[in-house]
Amino acid sequence: MSDAAVLAVTDLTVTIGTRRGPARAVAGVDWSVRAGETLALVGESGSGKSMSVLAATGLAPRAARVTGQVRLLGTDFTASSPDRRRRMRGRHVGFVFQDPMTSLNPVLTVGRQVAEAGEEHLGLTRRAARARAVELLDLVGIPSAAQRVDAYPHQFSGGMRQRVVIAMALACEPDLLIADEPTTALDVTTQAQIVELVADLQRRLGTAVVWITHDLGVVAGIADTVAVMYAGRILEQGPVDAVFGQPAHPYTTALLAARPDPAAGGGDLVTIAGAPPSPLALPAGCAFWPRCPVRGDARCEHELPPLRPVSTRHHVRTFYPQHADGRAGHE
Amino acid sequence: MARFVIRRLLQSGIVLLGVTLVVFLLLQLVPGDPVRVALGTRFDPQTYEALRARAGLDQPLVVQYFDYLRRALTGDLGVSFRSGRPVTSIVLERLPATLSLALTAVLFALLIALPLGILSAMRSGSFVDHAARVFSQFGVSVPDFWMGIMGILLFAGVLGWLPPSGYVALTEDPARWASHVALPAATVGLVTASILTRFIRSSMLEVLSEDYVRTAEAKGLRTRVVVLRHVLRNALIPVVTVVAVQVASLLGGVIVIEVLFAWPGIGRLTYDAVQARDYPVLQGAVLLVAALFLLVNLLVDILYARLDPRITVR
Repeated sequence: MSDAAVLAVTDLTVTIGTRRGPARAVAGVDWSVRAGETLALVGESGSGKSMSVLAATGLAPRAARVTGQVRLLGTDFTASSPDRRRRMRGRHVGFVFQDPMTSLNPVLTVGRQVAEAGEEHLGLTRRAARARAVELLDLVGIPSAAQRVDAYPHQFSGGMRQRVVIAMALACEPDLLIADEPTTALDVTTQAQIVELVADLQRRLGTAVVWITHDLGVVAGIADTVAVMYAGRILEQGPVDAVFGQPAHPYTTALLAARPDPAAGGGDLVTIAGAPPSPLALPAGCAFWPRCPVRGDARCEHELPPLRPVSTRHHVRTFYPQHADGRAGHE
Repeated sequence: MARFVIRRLLQSGIVLLGVTLVVFLLLQLVPGDPVRVALGTRFDPQTYEALRARAGLDQPLVVQYFDYLRRALTGDLGVSFRSGRPVTSIVLERLPATLSLALTAVLFALLIALPLGILSAMRSGSFVDHAARVFSQFGVSVPDFWMGIMGILLFAGVLGWLPPSGYVALTEDPARWASHVALPAATVGLVTASILTRFIRSSMLEVLSEDYVRTAEAKGLRTRVVVLRHVLRNALIPVVTVVAVQVASLLGGVIVIEVLFAWPGIGRLTYDAVQARDYPVLQGAVLLVAALFLLVNLLVDILYARLDPRITVR
């Protein structure tokens, strides 16, 4: 984790107090993202990918207890006061959330919502912030932005709303853009446009991007590095070519195999049998063990495998790293 | 907008017509003969018949109704059996008292319920939240007349700060009006405040869990801005309806409170009219209350469209 990282988290753990006891949503996660780089966090629902990012940026729910270290632009974010965290977040981090139908305030004009971050963090006057909002709406490809700036969210389509959310995220020219499944709620053609838009903006503005998704196709297309999460832990991480080209963890292999292949025709979809463990009762050993096709030995069940390098930047958390041909090997 | 208002006013007219019919028929079912009551001990058959004929009570019901309606359209709601004065002026005389009590009570209620409801939602599970919930439980369970009596005992009896009852018009002497309105308004307002506190709290909690509130927090806005601009504006939309219903029902006069505090409003008037079987006055009072109710509802619909851009009035 070099200091050039825009955002770096070390040993991040998030525990959420529930009625049935503490649930460990994130269990000791390390990742970082550099300027102009895209980190993809992939995993099933509930794997802790969103929670790790929300916790890192101070947006975790009130019931969550967050430990570990977070460095944002070289400053110790976790040790900063809540007010300083709020100001850093607004000024340096932009967020694009999953569902554009619900992430915009229905009673405020889109212009107002795009403008307000600039007023708060850049000290723009209301008029200047409004002019800036028009610029931003234009930048994200909203036609006749000067007129649309006074429209309300319900007057936009889903894809257009997501463009508004992106404009909002870019209002203060952030160093980091967090995209939390920004295309999940959109139809396929719109998905492609939004992915293209973010990639294009990133090239032009040099923003670091953390892209949370379960769409492996998107990851392969836009990410530089990828971290595969499962039950709150990273199982495999490294450059996207290495992880997708030579997956070393049985889970990554299974995930890649579960991608629908249009060329293969209309056969049954490949799935991974079973379901992830409950965060209320995580197993002592490898959390993927009950579903693992490799199923090493009793050690997998009782002992947590450490995250170990397969090559310089490619790490994997398993006692049985896979070879490039997909067969299990010994350490 | 103008078309919307005109259409709604026409609709209100039809509703009012229905109200006159229902009130008219209902009063026919009430036992007791108003003319007998009016005559009291001076009863003799000749005067009785003469009085009945003068009031039109010897005519068939249909004739009586249309007669009433025709005159009502010109603002003539008949004359009181008891005092012989025109009903329209009797009813309108009572309006300022009720209006000033109702509006003061709602203002008082909002001054308590808004901060309490907001705070209790923002810090749900905290001491403030529990205290607010105990307060609203108390307010809705304790009868208002009991609260009124306790208020009189404490502030008029023990402390002697406020007059126990009576009314002074606001236009006559604002300071004395205020001292007289304080107790009844606080009594009514406390009940309204407890209803509103609960409602504001739950509405705030619902909005606080909305995605767009997280978006606002993600933008790094101050908590005050998030709450006032993003949460409250949305949370207050349903609250407006509840406030309006409260205002409308208070405008109908709070009978028990008005009687308790000798407040000469619509509620007191209704009570006296029922006691005296003064049908024309009762009809007039009910008609006025219905008209006020419809007016408040129209205002709420217009306000709704202003608060929520997704609603357009056409």
